[in-house]
Amino acid sequence: MNITLRMAWRNLWRHKRRTWLTVGAMIFSNLLLVFMISLQFGSYRMMIDNTLKSYTGHMQVQLEGYNDDSKIRNSFDNIIPLAEQLRQTLNTSRVAARGVAFAMTSSEMRSYGLQIVGVEPGYEPEVSTLSGLLKKGQFFSGNNAEEIIIGSILARNLRVDIGAELTLLGSGRDGSFAAGVVLVTGIFESGSNDVDRSMAQIPLGYFQSLFSMGNQGHNIVINAEDLSLVDVLQSKVSHVIASRKELVLLDWNQLQPGLQQAIQADMFSAWFMYAILIVLVAFSVLNTQLMSVLERTREFGIMMALGVKPVRLGALVITETTLMSTLGLAIGAGLGALLAYYLSLVGFSYPGMEEMAGKFNLPDRMYPSLSLLSVFLGPCIVFICSLLASVYPALRLFFLHPVSAMRTV
Amino acid sequence: MTSIVCKDLCKTFQQGDEVITGLDNVSITIEKGDFVCLSGPSGSGKTTLLNAMGGLDTPDSGEITIGRVRIDKLGKAALADIRLHNIGFVFQAYNLIPVLTARENVEFVMQVSGLDAEERSKRSYKILREVGLEGMENRRPAHLSGGQQQRVAVARAIVSQPTLVLADEPTANLDSVTSSQLMDLFVELNQHHNITFIIATHDLRVMKYAKRLIKMEDGKIISDEKQ
Ligand SMILES: Nc1ncnc2c1ncn2[C@@H]1O[C@H](COP(=O)(O)OP(=O)(O)OP(=O)(O)O)[C@@H](O)[C@H]1O
Ligand SMILES: [Mg+2]
Repeated sequence: MNITLRMAWRNLWRHKRRTWLTVGAMIFSNLLLVFMISLQFGSYRMMIDNTLKSYTGHMQVQLEGYNDDSKIRNSFDNIIPLAEQLRQTLNTSRVAARGVAFAMTSSEMRSYGLQIVGVEPGYEPEVSTLSGLLKKGQFFSGNNAEEIIIGSILARNLRVDIGAELTLLGSGRDGSFAAGVVLVTGIFESGSNDVDRSMAQIPLGYFQSLFSMGNQGHNIVINAEDLSLVDVLQSKVSHVIASRKELVLLDWNQLQPGLQQAIQADMFSAWFMYAILIVLVAFSVLNTQLMSVLERTREFGIMMALGVKPVRLGALVITETTLMSTLGLAIGAGLGALLAYYLSLVGFSYPGMEEMAGKFNLPDRMYPSLSLLSVFLGPCIVFICSLLASVYPALRLFFLHPVSAMRTV
Repeated sequence: MTSIVCKDLCKTFQQGDEVITGLDNVSITIEKGDFVCLSGPSGSGKTTLLNAMGGLDTPDSGEITIGRVRIDKLGKAALADIRLHNIGFVFQAYNLIPVLTARENVEFVMQVSGLDAEERSKRSYKILREVGLEGMENRRPAHLSGGQQQRVAVARAIVSQPTLVLADEPTANLDSVTSSQLMDLFVELNQHHNITFIIATHDLRVMKYAKRLIKMEDGKIISDEKQ
């Protein structure tokens, strides 16, 4: 082993307790960072997945411009065959076509304006969790059935239950009068009050005839099995719709920009806290190394007298810090990864989590997401900041004069 | 051949409002292979002169030439190189790097000057045997006696084959038997390797070994005689 390295290692253990205290601070902060960041990544993932799987999907095919101007007129042809083609090509059932319109919905007692979504009964459950959230009744009996499912709040407001009839009044794609009578077959509780109050679904076939859509619809929702597979799927879908110039493929970030913003805002506040932690660790390293350089002034003076240049002495101090930080990184990241791994199996919840869970329709346990990034991001920053903190003590050696250094005891 | 020439060296120290004279117009020539003792009362300027000749400190005025090199005008890095390759130092005590063994202490300077591991190891064993420390190569300074520590320091000072060794009160912390053993070692190295020795000391027994005895007072040389 190289003498400088040997010297650095042995120097660390001249003050065992002090070194362990500093390394301990690193271990603690690394452990905490790995845990927090894994949990954070896990919660974002869950938030994205759950939000998207509840309705929006990972991506959608739409008529260009529909996303900014969601008029009923902005629909496109042959939506059901195109959805079928996508299912075939992508070899998945997680593809479903939809139509979207507005209608005045009336029971015998009351009327409300609603968003009416036409869905493919056979495939909608594959792209949205809504059908699984039916609290009462069942999903549609067929693509042309004159049936409707509504949210629990709306049911209460309309004072209706399963088996009741509702009248829909709106205008069709061509501006004509659209009117129909549908049977309430299901009532869902999505977890979002907004959705439960103002959205209803009917079969797409019936939707097309009710709103004079012909064979048209507004979007095709496509879900990947996992968030990480979205990119691959996206390029395949683009390929399929390439021949239809009027269509565009939008990913979840374009469909729900608020989601990314919420994540970024949360990330920012989290990193503000991490930064404080990291600065504290850096100061503890600075303190330790400054002390250790000061108390070795005479020793450094002798080495300089022998002809050793300050660069080499500085390198010694940096090497010492590197060794210390490596210990902190290895032990801290190791323990942190173990903890995060354990929690990724059994889950984790904290006070106040329910509030967030309600807002984003999350389950009430979180599962940390373990990855190279989540394990090493925090500890590597601690590592780098510790090294930076030891630059000042190392630089002080450049201003050391051998004669005066040796005069100090 | 001439080893060191000092001409009109002056050095003062500022301590608060007081100006302290370290060296006052010191001129001296020391031949290669000589064995010189610097004596004089405490504060007479022995250490200051030694430091100036070793390139550890620069004089306020005057010239110092070692071999053919004027060292009084050199920068820090060049002085460090001269100290590393041409001059060996032995100080009063606590000379050694405490976390390194005797052998590693000796190897350390060789590593700094870029010798490969095999050569370093060969030389360090040889030199430690020469100073009488065979079998103690792997002890740390804390497990060596004061005299043994000074021998390690001597071994380290001469391992790079310098032409000049400067020793500042090397026997101050040693008993009389150990100090005469150390002086015997100096004499032997002086004779066999033709290394120039300049030793600052208060110790009369050490002065007896000198071929040339220089006495200082108040930063001046007051006597200079060959014995
Ligand atoms: N760095 C310094 N700052 C202030 N004064 C100094 C410094 N170095 C030396 N001196 C002063 O210069 C004078 C000469 O000091 P020097 O150390 O050379 O004496 P010395 O002969 O080696 O003494 P001793 O036998 O006690 O070691 C003394 O008065 C000392 O106090
Ligand atoms: Mg002195």
